[in-house]
Amino acid sequence: MLEVTALNAWYGEAQALHEVNVRVGEGEVVTLVGRNGAGKTTLVRCLIGLHRQVSGAVCFLGRDVTRLPAHQRARAGMGWVQDDRGIYASLTVEENLLLPPSVSERAWTLKRVYEAFPELAGRRKAGGTTLSGGEQQMLAIARALRTGACLLLMDEPSEGLAPVVVARIREIIREVKATGVGVLLIEQNVTFAATVADRHYLLSQGRIVETLDTADLQRREGELLKHLGI
Amino acid sequence: MNALLQYAVQGLAAGSFYALAALGLAIIFGVLGVVNFAHGAFYMLGAVTAAVLLDTLNLTLWWSLLVVPVLMFAFGVVVERLFVQWLLRLDPLYNFLLTFGLTLVLVELVKQKYGVSGLPYTPPEALQGRVELAGVVLPRYQLFVFLFSVAICVLVWLVMTRTRVGMIVRASTEKPELARALGINVGRWVTPVFGFGVAIAGLAGVLSAPFRAITADMGNNFAIILFAVVVIGGLGSIVGAVVAGFLVGLVEAFGQAYAPTFAQVLIFVLMALVILVRPAGLFGRKEATA
Repeated sequence: MLEVTALNAWYGEAQALHEVNVRVGEGEVVTLVGRNGAGKTTLVRCLIGLHRQVSGAVCFLGRDVTRLPAHQRARAGMGWVQDDRGIYASLTVEENLLLPPSVSERAWTLKRVYEAFPELAGRRKAGGTTLSGGEQQMLAIARALRTGACLLLMDEPSEGLAPVVVARIREIIREVKATGVGVLLIEQNVTFAATVADRHYLLSQGRIVETLDTADLQRREGELLKHLGI
Repeated sequence: MNALLQYAVQGLAAGSFYALAALGLAIIFGVLGVVNFAHGAFYMLGAVTAAVLLDTLNLTLWWSLLVVPVLMFAFGVVVERLFVQWLLRLDPLYNFLLTFGLTLVLVELVKQKYGVSGLPYTPPEALQGRVELAGVVLPRYQLFVFLFSVAICVLVWLVMTRTRVGMIVRASTEKPELARALGINVGRWVTPVFGFGVAIAGLAGVLSAPFRAITADMGNNFAIILFAVVVIGGLGSIVGAVVAGFLVGLVEAFGQAYAPTFAQVLIFVLMALVILVRPAGLFGRKEATA
């Protein structure tokens, strides 16, 4: 459903991505592993349309979206779960959920959201950022699911969260995957990546240097962790 | 006691103009990221238009309160489409140059047409004279201005907190980029928001018409105080704009009563104190301090 071909990205004169090829299929979870500054977040920002200084092609659901503005990509079915969670302080929990428009018949009702995320149900009138970090992460994921997005771009969803919360996120990703949603997951947590994803791209200095399956990833975990500088 | 209450009402009436204008300024800044230095000129245009409508078409204040904001909205839309839209991607310096330049042009055009002496304005009879409330005699018009402005502020607050439009305005004010990535066409709201901000500045102008000397220059001093209001309230904060507007009106009125030569200085002393204690303003978000 997502096909990125020879994507280059620049910040002014500095090239941040070099000839990146990435593919995410229906119901596939793909991780993007790389150390800080490798270009992971830049890549996601190019995909969602917030970074426009690019060449190459981004195809989504068979359509070239390289020139589409961000809001139209979201409406086409891309859901973004930002690395800082992107919860609005000036909106209540429920408003955070209702802000993005529904984009497909896959869209969740509020009732379903609150059943799947009971911790949000009790706080629906609370300010978005009064939630704990883990709850905010749930809210960010729930917000993307509520729209009915068919591709989730998740930027470090497990970062800084307690193991029990990380385990829930893992479950959610598995459930979402089972419904045919594609997930592109940015992760530094190789262990977490290995438990949820089908394939892994290793990004280094703006280039995809390796594509691994989960068996490779687990076998070479020590070496990769060293590469990631963790 | 009596005198104190009179000053308070006078201050709240004067504060109404600041509150309404600052409200428009805050919403425009929030959604467009443009600090509109022409806001004082839009306020002046509102007052001048009301005076001209009364003089030529005999439209009373009641009508002007309705008609002028509509005209100003249309004017704001034209200004946004012709000029302001080009600022959105540029360095903020251009925003100052354009909106300040626009002020000079509008002020000079009004001077050319209507001269430098004040235009006369009489409010409807129902709003003239004084009214006695619980033993205190208060000017009817000042009470009306205050109540009317509060009603408008409450209305805007309801729209901001209870409607989808308000939700989108809040979201695009707080994190514009994320709003776009979530599928909100922020660009679509830019023109109506600018028009609304101009309309409400014009409305403040209409309300001030019977209360102030209507001249081409009336917006200049107003704009300076307006920026103190915005800094005190916190740039981009709508509640802050309204609260600070009334607060500054009160400081001004009591200052004029007890220390006339320092009245205006007091406003800036207040501003300095607020910045010392809360650099982002009373209701500003923390990010603004960085």
